[in-house]
Order: sequence, then structure tokens, then C-alpha cells
Amino acid sequence: MKRNGLGVSAGIGIGTTLVIEEIVFDVSKKAVDEESLADEVNRLHTSIDGLKAYLEKKVAKLGHEQGEILQSHLDLLADPALVPEIEKIITQEKTVSEYAVHQVFEQFIQLFLMSGDELLELRATDLKDLRQNLLRVLGGKELIDVSDAKPGTVLVAQELSTSVAASINPESVVGIVTNVGGKTAHMAIIARSLALPAVVNVGVQDITDGMAVILDGTTGEVLFSPSEEECAEFTKRQRDFQDELKRLEVYRGQASVTKDGKEVELLANIGLELDIGPALAADGEGVGLFRTEFLYMDRSSAPSEDEQFALYQKAAQAFAPGPVIIRTLDVGGDKEIAYLGIGKEENPFLGYRAIRYCLEHQELFKIQLRGILRASAYGKVKIMLPMITTVAEFKEGLALVSEAKAELKEQDIPFDEQIEVGMMIETPAAAMMADVFAKYADFFSIGTNDLTQYTLSVDRGNEKVAGLYSTYDPAVLRMIHRVGEAAAGAGIMWGVCGEAAADPLLTKFFIACGVNELSMAGSSILRIRQQVLETNQFTCAERLAKELKLLETCAEAKTFLESL
Amino acid sequence: MINRKVKVTNPSGLHMRPAGVFVKVITGFESEVTLRANGDDFNAKSMLGVLSASIKCGDEVELIVCGADEEACMKAAVEAIESGLGE
Repeated sequence: MKRNGLGVSAGIGIGTTLVIEEIVFDVSKKAVDEESLADEVNRLHTSIDGLKAYLEKKVAKLGHEQGEILQSHLDLLADPALVPEIEKIITQEKTVSEYAVHQVFEQFIQLFLMSGDELLELRATDLKDLRQNLLRVLGGKELIDVSDAKPGTVLVAQELSTSVAASINPESVVGIVTNVGGKTAHMAIIARSLALPAVVNVGVQDITDGMAVILDGTTGEVLFSPSEEECAEFTKRQRDFQDELKRLEVYRGQASVTKDGKEVELLANIGLELDIGPALAADGEGVGLFRTEFLYMDRSSAPSEDEQFALYQKAAQAFAPGPVIIRTLDVGGDKEIAYLGIGKEENPFLGYRAIRYCLEHQELFKIQLRGILRASAYGKVKIMLPMITTVAEFKEGLALVSEAKAELKEQDIPFDEQIEVGMMIETPAAAMMADVFAKYADFFSIGTNDLTQYTLSVDRGNEKVAGLYSTYDPAVLRMIHRVGEAAAGAGIMWGVCGEAAADPLLTKFFIACGVNELSMAGSSILRIRQQVLETNQFTCAERLAKELKLLETCAEAKTFLESL
Repeated sequence: MINRKVKVTNPSGLHMRPAGVFVKVITGFESEVTLRANGDDFNAKSMLGVLSASIKCGDEVELIVCGADEEACMKAAVEAIESGLGE
């Protein structure tokens, strides 16, 4: 039985299922008579004490990161707004503990969920988790403890709570499969920190304990009761994956320089505060693409200047002296944000998106620009404008940056006066005009996903034409080459921040074109560094000059790239 | 009982880590501390309460302190906020 989900932590796990079920408790408002009220309050406190003792024991036993999460549960139990409030409801409304517990927790959970703040939303998950545990103790049910699971266990759950995830012993658990979750859920973060493969968005209702299971946290494949051939195939994949990780470790901390001395910055793509740690751990030399749209998503109004500043400042400080290239709001296309009121469009990718929207909403745009500028006082921050098609657009963007600078100056707020302002090259128009843009932009970064789809006029989500989509297509390679020449002509830096930056087959081509910087998912950095170290820029550039113009097909281009 | 208005100036406001710093500072005192913001009152010794108040940088809050050590408590609370809550 094969199911496809979303891989949130890489690696291959092969083992046996252990299904973890949340219990739905009866939390209805049941009356308690006057004389039993004291007993009811006692029952609450006995349960809380029991849970505290359990958590304290766990915190002492667990390591640093995992223990910290459970410590936060202990802090919550000691919070004067929690237990005393629960007690108050029991005595004032003469009701059972279960109802009171549910009510008090629910009020904070709803508040935090509606805050539109990622960290508070995580806190809501903690509260749900703690509430489930407290209700379990009250109901005389066992607390879920996977710390003594059998070796080779794959945890399967509708949703894995933080406390369960935190009690995972990585010696015995080999993978996690859940229905609910995302890349930024606590569970996913814990899985990645333990290097445990994990896949979410998988239907698990019909799964029972003790089934054989395989999961691939890179591709998102999950196989329940796999065949013998499948077992053999994935065992091989698992070995290859581990060998590869071990092999790449030698590139950690090395300078990214070609055989003939050309330096290439290898940067990470990030979108959330939570990505900063893993990007540093992956040996990212900075950030080549900070996708700020995540900050605007899943909330009811745009983030304030202060909120944006706080986040950008953290990134700037974390990677200093390395660069942090912050891309201004790239909304529209496939990214919808309801409160911005862009609405449904016939052709969203050819429509009202990114810079086109921002230039018509200058106040919203300047709030972001000021947030970025303020962060530039704390590290090497650069501004990048997305989806530029005309020179006029870019100049208008520059004018708004100048306005934002003037506003900050008036208020005596510090920022980097020399901050670089560059642009994404993701439309054929921008690539064709790159030599003109180079007069005004401080740097270019090629968004290969969009540049490929616009150059080839292919929606890769459309199965009927997806086969035409390839960054190896000679038309796309010529576009990139042209941008490199324009940048070199004007003496500005250029980079690549699309998926192609993480494709080892293209590394030598980019270097031959003179690329200064490649930005990618952190997990690819060591692999690409190896490729950089094995490249001779001079010989690759010589061959490119002769052969690029001869390439006719994608297949020919691929053969050429392989031969570099 | 004493009360005083103070402006929150650290970049992220009374949020997560700074909120924790604030709660820790005043938990050491015996006095009851209420945080009045946007017309609502919150228990300032409660992390959940302070987070619920969702106070941003630039917001003005009123501190209402009541108890034997109210003077010292108010002084410590105001100092903590004015010095940027560790940010």
C-alpha cells in the first residue's frame, strides 16, 4: 500500500508501526454538589501533581533540546493564570475538573491561534498537548510514553503532539508518519534535529499496530506492508543516503573555491525564524533568499514594521558577517494572501503579483522596506525586488527605498546607508534587458523556476505539458548566460536562488557563466560545495563559449552539462 | 496601590522571550501586578496573561502594583521595560 505525503525530515526509515491515538474526552459541563466540591478540587491537584512529577522525571532524563520543550509544560503548569483559574471555575460554577480544564485552556488556545503569530501558534500546540495529558491523568489513562518503544518503531498518528515527539528515543524510533503537520510544526523540527525521517499529509486511519512500513522523508513516499522487492529497493536507498551524508561531511567548514581560485558563496534559502538554526547548521555562509511572504501568510492583517524588523534583525545578526538577501513581498501567482485583496485571476502567473502589487500599495511596501532597512544596521542585509519586468518598475522601487531611507533618517533611526538593492531575474524581459538593469541594480539573482516557466511558457503543474519544463533547455541556459555576461560587463554580483542552484549538474555551468553566489535549501550546501571544489572555471568557460551556441535540444544540453 | 504608565520600546514588544524576562523580574515580588493595555487587565505575573495582552513595541501600558513591596516592585518593573527586556 503506497501513499504519497510531504517529506518534512529527510532519510529513509524501515520498521514496524506503533499507532498513537489521541483520546477524545468528555468535557461537558457536569454538575458537582456543594459537599463534593472540595474533593473535586483535590482530584484536580492530585492529577496536576502527578503530571508534574512525571514531567520533572522526563526533563531530568532527556537531553537539552527535547527536555526544554517539556520544561515549558512545567512552566505552564506553574502559571498563575492557569491552575488557579481552573480551580475558580470548578468552585464557582460547581462543575467537574474536565470541563474547567477544557474551558481555561481553550480560551488561551483560541487567542494564540488567532494571533497570526507563528510563535504563539506553536504555544497553542503546547497548550493542546498539555491539556490532553492533564485530561489523561484525570481520567486515569496512561500517559503516552514512546521512550521505551521497541527498536525499529515507526510512529504513526493523526497528529503527533510535542510531548510525545519530545519523548522519542532516536535509538529505537526510526521514522514518523502523520496526517496533520507541516515543515514548521514542532514535530518536524524535532524530527530534523534527531535526523529522523518524517512524512506528513498521509492518511493513517486504517493503519494498525505492528504493520511493516517504509518511509522516505525526502520523496514523501510511505509504503505500508511493502513487498519484498520494495524492501530491497528502499534498503539500498537507505544505505546510499547514509553513505552520502557521511561522505559529504568532509566538505563542512571548507571554503567554496574552484580549483582555479574562483570564490562562490553558498547561501541558504529561508522563510521563517525557525529556519535560521538549521541553515547555520547546514553550513550556510549566509542567506541568498529570505522569502518574506511567509510572514504575511496565515493571519488577518499585514505584519507591522516592528515585527518585520525584529525578524530580519535576528537573521542579520545570526549570519553576520555573511549576507542576508531579503526578498520583498512576493505575493500572487500561486501564493494567495486573502487580506491583501488580490482576488482570483484568470492567469495569476501573468497577473497582479509581487512588485506589481507592491508598487500600487506603497504604504504597505514601505513598511516592509523600513523594517528591512532598520535590520541593515545589524549585519550585511541586502534588498531584493521580485518579478521585475521593466526598467521603470525597478527605478520606481529604488525611489521608494530612498523615501523609506529619508523617513528613517528624519527619525534618527540607524540603517546601512550603503545597503545594496538588487533584483530577481525571473522574466525573459528582465534577462533580455539585463545590461540596462545592471546600470541601476547592485546585484542580480536568477529565480530559475519562474525564468524557466516563463521562457518555455510551461505550467509545470499541468501534466500534459510538464514534460517541456526543464532548466536544461538551451533557451533557458542562454538566458542565464546572457544575464551573467551583463552582470560581468557592469561589474555587479549575480547569483541563482531557484531550485536549479541545488542541482549539481548545473553547478559547473553556473560557474562557467561567472556566478558569484548560489542559494539553496540548506541540505544541499555540502553537496554543491563538493561540486564547486571540483570545478575549473577557466576550462568550463572556454567550452561553454564554444559549445553553448551549438546546443539544439534539452537532451544535447544535458549531455553537455554532464561532460563539463 | 500605585500605578504608572510606561512605553514598551524593545523591538518585539512583550512577546515570548521579553515577556518571560518581564514575568521573571516581577515574580520575585510579593505585590500583585496588573498590566492594563488596550482597556483590558492582565495578570502580569502570568506568562499566559502577558502574552494574551499582545503588546507591541511603541505601545503604552499601565502597571498597577498593590502590596507590601509595591514601590520596589514598580521600580524594578519599569526599569526592566525601559531597559529593553534583554533585547
